[in-house]
Amino acid sequence: MKLSVWTYEGPPHVGALRVATAMKGLHYVLHAPQGDTYADLLFTMIERRDHRPPVTYTTFQARDLGSDTANLFKTACQNAYDRFQPQALIVGASCTAELIQDDPGGMAETMGLPVPVIPLELPSYQRKENFGADETFFQITRHLARPVERNAQISANLIGPTALGFRHRDDVTEVTALLEEMGIAVNVCAPYGATPEEITRLGAAHFNVLMYPETGESACRWMERELGQPYTKTIPIGVGATRDFVTEVAEIAGVAPRLDTDRLRLPWYAASVDSTYLTGKRVFLFGDGTHVAAAARIARDEMGFEVVGLGCYNREMARPIRALAKEYNVEALITDDYLEVERAIEKLAPELILGTQMERHIGKRLGIPCAVISAPVHVQDFPARYAPQMGIEGANVIFDTWVHPLVMGLEEHLLHMFRDDFEFHDAAGPSHHGGHAPKPEETEAPEPKRQSAEVIWLADAEKELKKIPFFVRGKARRNTEIFAANQGVQEISIDTLYEAKAHYAR
Amino acid sequence: MTRPEALRNTRTGTENLPPVKGCGNAPILKQRGQHEVFCGLTGIIWLHRKMQDAFFLVVGSRTCAHLLQSAAGVMIFAEPRFGTAILEEGDLAGLKDAQDELERVVADLLARRSDIRQLFLVGSCPSEVIKLDLARAAEKLSARYAPKVRVLNFSGSGIETTFTEGEDACLAAMVPVLPETDKRHLMLVGALPDVVEDQALDLLAKLGIDDVSVLPARHLESGVAVGPNTVFALTQPFLGGTHAALERRGARHIPAPFPFGEEGTTAWLSAVAREFGVDQALFDAVTDAPRARAKMAVAKAAESLSGKSVFFFPDSQLEIPMARFLTRECGMAAIEVSAPYIHKSIVGPDLDLLAEGPVLAEGQDVDLQLDRCRTAQPDLTVCGLGLANPLEAEGMATKWAIELVFTPVHFYEQAGDLAGLFSRPLRRRQMLRLEAAE
Repeated sequence: MKLSVWTYEGPPHVGALRVATAMKGLHYVLHAPQGDTYADLLFTMIERRDHRPPVTYTTFQARDLGSDTANLFKTACQNAYDRFQPQALIVGASCTAELIQDDPGGMAETMGLPVPVIPLELPSYQRKENFGADETFFQITRHLARPVERNAQISANLIGPTALGFRHRDDVTEVTALLEEMGIAVNVCAPYGATPEEITRLGAAHFNVLMYPETGESACRWMERELGQPYTKTIPIGVGATRDFVTEVAEIAGVAPRLDTDRLRLPWYAASVDSTYLTGKRVFLFGDGTHVAAAARIARDEMGFEVVGLGCYNREMARPIRALAKEYNVEALITDDYLEVERAIEKLAPELILGTQMERHIGKRLGIPCAVISAPVHVQDFPARYAPQMGIEGANVIFDTWVHPLVMGLEEHLLHMFRDDFEFHDAAGPSHHGGHAPKPEETEAPEPKRQSAEVIWLADAEKELKKIPFFVRGKARRNTEIFAANQGVQEISIDTLYEAKAHYAR
Repeated sequence: MTRPEALRNTRTGTENLPPVKGCGNAPILKQRGQHEVFCGLTGIIWLHRKMQDAFFLVVGSRTCAHLLQSAAGVMIFAEPRFGTAILEEGDLAGLKDAQDELERVVADLLARRSDIRQLFLVGSCPSEVIKLDLARAAEKLSARYAPKVRVLNFSGSGIETTFTEGEDACLAAMVPVLPETDKRHLMLVGALPDVVEDQALDLLAKLGIDDVSVLPARHLESGVAVGPNTVFALTQPFLGGTHAALERRGARHIPAPFPFGEEGTTAWLSAVAREFGVDQALFDAVTDAPRARAKMAVAKAAESLSGKSVFFFPDSQLEIPMARFLTRECGMAAIEVSAPYIHKSIVGPDLDLLAEGPVLAEGQDVDLQLDRCRTAQPDLTVCGLGLANPLEAEGMATKWAIELVFTPVHFYEQAGDLAGLFSRPLRRRQMLRLEAAE
C-alpha cells in the first residue's frame, strides 16, 4: 500500500481512453463499475472536447458480482457495436474488473463481431497512464497494420499524439509543416485523428516520426521490426533540437535538410540585452521524461539558465533522465510522490520552476515562479490560440512562457534598490501579474529560525537577509549556509553573508 | 406532453396551490445500462472541508486517487485532508497482510497530521471486491488511537454508492457512535456550506428553536447527541441511510419538502415550526421579509426560465426537489426528471408538489436517455460534466449538475442564486453574437 495525495498519472485504462478518444471510428468497451465514467470529463471539460469519448462502461454493481458480470459485459459490447458501428473495438478491464477476472478480451472474441476486436491487458496495480496509452496504441498497431506498398512520394507517419496530451494538437500542425518544407508528406498521424482503417495503411510511409516516446515508442519499435520503418529519435522541442531533428529526418529520408527560420525569434530574444537578467537563473525541471530532457537543453543552451535539479515522474524514463542529470551535474529525482518533489524544490530554492500543474501549485506555496512544460494537464494547457512546443513556433512560445512568470530586468533592479517602497515592493510579485502574482510565504513568519545542525544565523545576519528580495532570498540563504559549512563557520554574521556573496559572485 | 398543461400550476402571483395530481404515485421508468455518474468517493471533496478535524483515507486504487483529484475539476492544493492508500500487486497477491499495511499507512499519516481527530477509512470498489474488512481495521485502530483519534469506516465504492450517497454513507457511519441523550432537541442533517448553515440556525433561533445540533458538525467535540426525544430534519434529499440509522437510535424524522426556493424553504420551516409549536404570527414575522426577498430574487431569474422546458439526467438525487422548484417557482415545464435513486419516504413531499406529466426515471441507460433527450429537445438539460459539452456542441443548452452540490443554494437568501444557476446558461446563449453582422 502506498499513501498518495496527488498523482501525476492516472491508471492505465485512462491511457487507453486517451488513445481511443484521439482516434475516430474506434470504440472502447471497458468493463468497469459506475463512477469510472468520471474519466469522460477529463476530455469533455479539461480538453473541451465536443463529443463524448467513444467508451462504453459496463457499469457493474455489487449485486451483479455474485451472478453474471460476464453476461453484462457481452450485452454492453453488443449494444455498443450496434449503436456506434465502429471499424474496430478495443476491450479491457479497469482496476476493479481486473480483480473479478471476467476476461473481457476472450469473451469479446467469441462474440463473432464483424470487426476486429483488440483485447487489452493493462495491469492496473503495477502500471500507469502512459504505459496504458503506449501499450494500447501498440496493440492497435500490431493487430491492424500490415505491410503495404510504400507511397510514391516520400512520406512519414506522426506517432504518439493522443487526446489530453500537452499541446499535442498544435505540435502536430508544427511538425507537419516542418516535414512539408522538406517535401515529405504525412501519411498517417496516429493515434490523434486516425481511424482503424488508416492504421492498416501505416506501412505505406517510409519512416516514422516518434513525437512522444511516452505514448508511441512500442508501436514505433514494432513498425521498425515488422514494417521496416526507421523512426526518429530527436524530439524537436527547442531551437537546437529542431535543427537536429531536421538533420535526422533528412538523413533518414535521403532529402536535403531544410528549415525556414524566418519566424524564429528565440535566439535573438535570448541574445538581446534585456535578456541579460536571465543569465544563470537557477531553474528546477520536473515533468515527463521527454519534456524534461528537451527543457534542460533549452534552459542551459538557449536561455542561459543554470539547471539546479531535474527529474521525471514516469519510471519508464528513469534511465535516460539519470544519464541526463549526470551531464548537468545534478542528481535526478525519479518519483511520482508530489511531496518528495516539493521537498526537493524547497531544498534547492530555485528562482524558476519548469514543471507540471503540480509544480505550479508547489511554486505558489513557496513563492517561486513556475512555467508549465509537461502533462498532467489542466484546462489552462488547452489555450484557444496556437501554442505548440515543437518546431520554430514552439521555441518562440517557450521563450514567452518561461519568461512570463519572472520579474523582468529593470524591475528586478528597482526592487533591489527600493525594496521598502510601500507600493512597489518585492512581496507584491512581478508588476505585470496583478493580483495573481506568486506570493512568498506569509512574511516568512512561520519559517523557524534556521538552526541546521551545522550553522546558526545571528539576528543581524537574519535581518540583513530579509533585505534581499524574496525571489533571490532562498538562493542567498542556501549559498551562505553552504559557504559557512565549507568554511567550518558555525555562526553566520553579516560578514559571512557578504563573504558568501563575494564567493558566489558571477 | 404539451406545455400549457405542464405550466398549469406555475406562478399564480400569490400562494401556489398544490397540483391537482402530483407525482407521488406516478410510474417510475427503470432502465439498466451504462450509468454516467460519479461514485460515492466524490463526496469527500466537500466533506473534508466541512469537517475540519477529519481525514478521509480511501483504501483503493490509482483510479480512486485520480478521480478525487479530477472530480473537482481543479485541484485543491491547500494540503487536502484526504488521500488514497493505493493497493499494489503485493497487497492483492496476499504477499502482504492488508491489515498490517493499513496500520502502517495510518501510523505515518497520524504522525504527520497531529491535528486529525477523526479518521474515516473509506472503502472503494477494489477494497470491496477483495473483501478487505475495513470495519475490523477501524475498530482496531480506534482502540489504538483512542481517545485522541476516532476511526470510522464507510463505503464510497462505485459498486455500492452513487455520488451523493457517499455523504449518506459517511453520516450514517457516524450515527451509531453519537452519544445518547434524552434531551428534546432538533438535529439538522446534511452537509451545508457554513454560511448557509448559519442562516438556517439564525432563522430557527428567531422562531424560538434554540436547541439545534448539526450533523456533520464542523468539529468532533461539538456535542452532537441523539436519542428518543431527538427530532431531525434533512437538508439534503440523498440521506436515506442516515435517515434509517437515526430512526434506529429512536430519533423521529420531520418530513417536508426540501428548503430550496421560497416555497420549499417556507414549507420546510413550517414543518419544523409545527413540530415545535411555533405560532403563525411569529412565523410570519420572522419569515415575511426573507420570503419577499427570495420571491423578488427568483422572479428576476425566472424571466429567462418561464415557459421553458427542462430535462434532468440523474446525478445528485437533488433532481426531484429542483424540478419542483423550477416548475412551481420559475415557470418551467419538466419533461423528464431522473435520479440515481428515488427514496419516496424522503422526497415524497416534493413529489406531491410536482405536477404530473414529466417522465420520472430511476437509474439510467445513458444512451437510451440521450436518445429521449435529443427527441425532446428541451430548452435546458441538467446533466453531468461528461455530457454537458457534447450536448452544447449539438446545440442544446445545459446546466452542469455538480454545481448544485458545490454552491450555496439552500434557504431564502440563496433562492435567487439557485434560479440564477439555471438561467445563466440561457441568458448566455442569448448574449453571444458570434455570426457576421449580416
